[in-house]
Amino acid sequence: MPVTTMSSEKDRRETELARAPVAVEISQLQKTFRLPHQQYHTLKERVIHPFRSMTYDELHALQGVDIDIRQGEFFGIVGRNGSGKSTLLKCLAGIYRPDVGRVKVHGRLSPFIELGVGFNPDLTARDNVVINAVMMGLSRKEARRAFDEVIAFAELEEFVDLKLKNYSSGMAVRLGFATAIQVDADVLLVDEVLAVGDAAFQQKCFEEFHRLRAAGKTIVFVTHDMAATERFCDRAMLLEQGKVMSIDEPHQIARAYNELNFGRLVHEESESGRYGDQQVCEILDAWFEVDGERTAQAPQGAALTIAVSARFSAEIENPVFGVTLRNEAAHTIFTTSTDHAEIELGAFAAGDEVIVRIEMENWLSQSQYMLTPSIARSGLGADALDVREDLTVLYVHASRVTGGVVDLPATFSIERT
Amino acid sequence: MTDAARDVYTLAEQREARPVGSEPTFREKASRIGSLTWTLAITDFRLKFYGSVLGILWTLIRPFALFGVIYIVFTEIAGLDQSVPNYGVYILFAIVLFTFFAEVTTQSVQCLVLRENLLRKMHFEPIVIPLAITLTGLLNLGTTLIAVMLFALGNGIYPTFGWLQLPFIILLIAMFANGLGMLLSTMYVKYRDVYPIWEVLSQIMFYASSTLYVATIVPVNYREEFLVNPLSMLFAQMRHAVIDPSAPSAGEIMRGDVRLLIPLGIVFGTFALGAYVFRRASPRIAENL
Repeated sequence: MPVTTMSSEKDRRETELARAPVAVEISQLQKTFRLPHQQYHTLKERVIHPFRSMTYDELHALQGVDIDIRQGEFFGIVGRNGSGKSTLLKCLAGIYRPDVGRVKVHGRLSPFIELGVGFNPDLTARDNVVINAVMMGLSRKEARRAFDEVIAFAELEEFVDLKLKNYSSGMAVRLGFATAIQVDADVLLVDEVLAVGDAAFQQKCFEEFHRLRAAGKTIVFVTHDMAATERFCDRAMLLEQGKVMSIDEPHQIARAYNELNFGRLVHEESESGRYGDQQVCEILDAWFEVDGERTAQAPQGAALTIAVSARFSAEIENPVFGVTLRNEAAHTIFTTSTDHAEIELGAFAAGDEVIVRIEMENWLSQSQYMLTPSIARSGLGADALDVREDLTVLYVHASRVTGGVVDLPATFSIERT
Repeated sequence: MTDAARDVYTLAEQREARPVGSEPTFREKASRIGSLTWTLAITDFRLKFYGSVLGILWTLIRPFALFGVIYIVFTEIAGLDQSVPNYGVYILFAIVLFTFFAEVTTQSVQCLVLRENLLRKMHFEPIVIPLAITLTGLLNLGTTLIAVMLFALGNGIYPTFGWLQLPFIILLIAMFANGLGMLLSTMYVKYRDVYPIWEVLSQIMFYASSTLYVATIVPVNYREEFLVNPLSMLFAQMRHAVIDPSAPSAGEIMRGDVRLLIPLGIVFGTFALGAYVFRRASPRIAENL
């Protein structure tokens, strides 16, 4: 089965990484910023209020961070806004100097903190690439040599002598990314740059990261995107208020991150994989149906129904029901919610019970899937009321195994010319 | 893979991985600072005339036009050239050198704040930024000097061995300006008043230095004190070496070459102080912006 090969591949990688030398060493890293209560920028203000500016707040951006990142590792750093991710990355890049502790990077480092730093709109792509590459640490000669490759990767051959101000923002970003990967660094710091560019270019970026990963480069990846974290990272770290909450498998970290975002457990005794406080409502059960019958296995190609039942213990308007299917490799294969489908459920009172059914065509590949039902309050910031992770299992059987995660119906047409 | 790409990869292989964890050598650091400074400077230099039809020719035309005016005002109308031979040519040289000094210092004041985007997102030695401004100033000065020299030739002043002193004079002015630039830019990060203050001070410097007049016009009793100003001293020496060998050299005006150590000391002292202050501030420049 393809799944088995995947996990053995994963195991092999894990053992290899465990033996690899350390590429990035961070020990006892602390960084504090002083924020004066009022910023004084002119001498007059300083003369008039000589003492006032002496009061300041201390912002402990990083409070004792310890990590060893191995050579060849794809390491994710996740955390909420203001958790210290960017400060950590800037310390790694050498832009900020640590107050306490040590940061050691073995090998050449390329920071993708922002693409196209130093790009000038009045210059052509050619000049900008050279400037940017020199900023990133290439010599002028190396920068000029790398130019053709940069333009080819960015697919901008026709626009080489166009001034940058005439580029679309997406084209400029492509140029920046293409330059950044030319630096041929041993350690790459990537800060959410993938949030830009169109889908095709994002795909290309991801492929490039796969290539770099396969080439044994060490990549430190800062993101909010849990799907990307789970897809790429060997390990991930959750940062909260300048402290390392945990360093673990990406799947575990993604879960902890969601927990942080969607409200921490109120009940200490709560079972693992369950979050939300269940004060307003709780998920009673979730199951699969084929032909109206409750089942734990489904044939590929037939209609499949996912059902979630819940009970309310307080009044609520338009709760959002959602489901997520994950395969054995813990990749999210399918997710939907009443919010996505733009369905309003109306108001519920205490004591009400409900069953929500989602009908779909089952084009999943043969594998085992875990269902995670969730209920959240409507509106932005989706406040989770109850989430029961991996509550139910479904086994999908198919007449053939293709190796893809889905086996969509497809037709061929052949035209001989 | 294209040929260019293969070259890059070979380069990467050749670039032997230095022992793990060791700091870059002094030579590596210096070459990085050098290539960055040059890249930034040449970019700024080229951008200056971006969009103009005549482009770089303006660096020649502008001084010529200015010189025409000065020449007529000071020699034909005011008749000041009666007592000072080649007064017009002297003024041109002095103004061009002073403009270089003023340009470098004034632009240095804000340079760190204006380049915030680079400093906060890239790792490099911040010294590159004031250095690049000085280098851009030197490039501008170089093109302008071509016009000035053509003008000098037109006035019957021909190259002598004295002209060999000119690069050293320019170097000293550059050091003075760069030293002040490092000092001012560091101060500006904290105190935004530095900019208007320096604008006024550099205006005062313009009139206090012998830009529009020659040092020998100053009453004899005050001449030694007058040449304590490094710019006046260097301009006086420039007049002797480049324009009029019969004019007294800076050492002669100060009555003793040893006394030249005072203005020279100011130049080197300013440079050293600027470098020291900048170096001390530079690790934390990015976070203090």
